[in-house]
Amino acid sequence: MNLPLAAFYVAAAVLILAALRVITSRNPVHAALWLVAAFFSAACLWLLLYAEFLAIVLVLVYVGAVMVLFLFVVMMLDISFDKLREGIWRHLPLAGGIGFLMALEMVLVLSSREFGAGAMPSPGAPPAGHSNTKELGRLVYTDYVFPFELAAVVLLVAIVAAIALTLRRRKETRYQDPAEQLAATKAGRLKIVKVAPERPAAPAQDAKP
Amino acid sequence: MIPLNHYLVLGAIVFAIAVAGIFLNRKNLIVILMAIELMLLSVNMNFIAFSHFLGDPSGQVFVFFILTVAAAESAIGLAILVTLFRNLRSINVDDLGSLKG
Repeated sequence: MNLPLAAFYVAAAVLILAALRVITSRNPVHAALWLVAAFFSAACLWLLLYAEFLAIVLVLVYVGAVMVLFLFVVMMLDISFDKLREGIWRHLPLAGGIGFLMALEMVLVLSSREFGAGAMPSPGAPPAGHSNTKELGRLVYTDYVFPFELAAVVLLVAIVAAIALTLRRRKETRYQDPAEQLAATKAGRLKIVKVAPERPAAPAQDAKP
Repeated sequence: MIPLNHYLVLGAIVFAIAVAGIFLNRKNLIVILMAIELMLLSVNMNFIAFSHFLGDPSGQVFVFFILTVAAAESAIGLAILVTLFRNLRSINVDDLGSLKG
């Protein structure tokens, strides 16, 4: 057994174990951490496929951002998860049956000769000095520049939507209202009061000696 | 070297595990979101495997876009979950019946 194949089997075993623990963990924090492990081993598998850029992006974006977001939300919400787990094993025959059936069908199809090593030989390692990032960058900024910009718009919409959904006004907080500030006129702020002139009271006579 | 069907079978197994996870944790919205992430991961694995074995980097560009959309999806999903929890004090899927669907 050569080294890449051994690395593949190790990473695949970790990935499957982590995926199983994600769906069976008692505590969602543990599930999120197992999902991190699954993403890491998937990144290792992608490195074996010479997709270096995407492997790093998976670790940076998924483990660094999305999973931290998951952990924040899981830890922020005060939920009794035991109640949500009631009767979880009642669905096990259905879930296991459907999952096993899907996996079995795919394995039956994929173990045929068309997808084996004979029909689709591996192109092998790219030549020395080949940069996966450069190649992807060239594609993204030439052939796929319009989808790339659409992806940027999708991210912008996601930011706006996430903020709009979770923003709430608190009653006790004081806000500035710029529109009200700009609409302020002289009439609203300044009041001129006519005061009748008054002669100051005469100083007391007995003050003089 | 590693043949193509190893990657495809691995992707299929992870996808099946994620489907089983949705059936198992049908009350817990957070774990359902995590199972969706696992499904997207297995799909991405198939894309990258085919991209490598066919020598076409367009598959990797597609994975790039899937990652973008998945990040947006999980951000909005978690925002909806937080709003839901604020209003209902629960993330149980059975409690979400206000639309009477």
